[in-house]
Amino acid sequence: MASLRDVKTKIGAIKKTKQITKAMNMVASAKLRNAQSRIERFKPYAQKFFEMLGDLAAGADESVHPLLAKREEKKTVGIVLVTSDRGLCGSFNVNLIKAGLKLAKEKQAQGLNVKFYCVGKKGRDAVRKAEYEILVQYRDVMNSFDFTLASKLGQELINSFLDATLDEVVLVYGEFISMARQVPVVQSILPISGEQAAEVKSSGKEYVYEPSVEGLLAELLPRFIKVQVYRGMLDTSASEHAARMSAMNNATRACDDMTNALTLLYNKTRQASITRDLMDIVGGAEALKG
Amino acid sequence: MSKKLLLEIVTPDRKVLSQDVDYVGAPGALGEFGVLPNHIPFLSALGIGNLYYKDAGKTHYVFVSGGFAEVSPDKVTILAEAAEMATDIDLERARKAQERAQQRLARAQDKIDHARAQAALRRSLARLSCRNSGDKAGTC
Repeated sequence: MASLRDVKTKIGAIKKTKQITKAMNMVASAKLRNAQSRIERFKPYAQKFFEMLGDLAAGADESVHPLLAKREEKKTVGIVLVTSDRGLCGSFNVNLIKAGLKLAKEKQAQGLNVKFYCVGKKGRDAVRKAEYEILVQYRDVMNSFDFTLASKLGQELINSFLDATLDEVVLVYGEFISMARQVPVVQSILPISGEQAAEVKSSGKEYVYEPSVEGLLAELLPRFIKVQVYRGMLDTSASEHAARMSAMNNATRACDDMTNALTLLYNKTRQASITRDLMDIVGGAEALKG
Repeated sequence: MSKKLLLEIVTPDRKVLSQDVDYVGAPGALGEFGVLPNHIPFLSALGIGNLYYKDAGKTHYVFVSGGFAEVSPDKVTILAEAAEMATDIDLERARKAQERAQQRLARAQDKIDHARAQAALRRSLARLSCRNSGDKAGTC
């Protein structure tokens, strides 16, 4: 049986761990609020943007813009994997990475080259370990990113697509559904499919366009990519904090359970040793009497 | 003549403005255009420049870059990648950005660098002029 002192140190250690997990939980919940409010602030923009695009794309077909064109012969596919920079958030990153690597394997089975764009350190590490080619990586950005970053990444994707380095681009990110549910989402973003753009119903208004419809689409479509990338990053960030919150919550609870169990063990051990000592004393006294 | 226009300016990071105004002037891709209430539905790309609106006899200026304007009879919506009210513009920062852009422009070798530096320069100049116009109009 463990000695009394051992059990006591263990209880102390677990209590300290509990303090840490509790603090992390609180930090994560503050960050989650922040991330959620950013999603809220982005919503009006995204909504208006889709409305506008819906109005325009209703009449557009593939030939209007190179970003809409599907390629007959595909050689290379780019996967944008958005993960968090830090661990300790349960299975969140693992799920995202799994989704990303599974997709990569499928694409390879189809005879395509796979190249990765990694946002977030965890994803990059895993992709590097799996020995896929990483074209661009952004690390330590999930804490403080803004639209500029999404815009930069989006532009790079568009450039690679236009000079035929990539023939298809897929985005993998963690969608934030609720506090308890974050799901990896695999979404194809390039080429932009007509249905995707027209998914939002047009408002049916007749507009005067300036410049032409084509000219406006040429401005809107690249931004559409950036908007999607940005949304992916916002969602991943919120999901990360939600996942960390629940992971830390569980850890704190587990600490409580362990402290309870160990305290019980401690008391039992103490009692046993007192009983043993008493028996010794009583036995000694009996022996002297006899 | 009490009819007013609702002007809304949104960027990916926040809603910059939502207010009833009398008149909106915007830097369209093909030149400036003005909007009064009861305008026909109109959709335009915006360049880098100053948007202004008139409200209660005063003119207010807003810097916008990389955006679109959607005009309907009673509403103007501006979607911009960046937008700042003249009062929020940091003059010091804009001046520094201008210097940086000019230096880069002088050094830029290839076409892309050149284009980027030029865009940065235009943005910083537009910010400065936006602030100046705002100061002159007494709305800063």
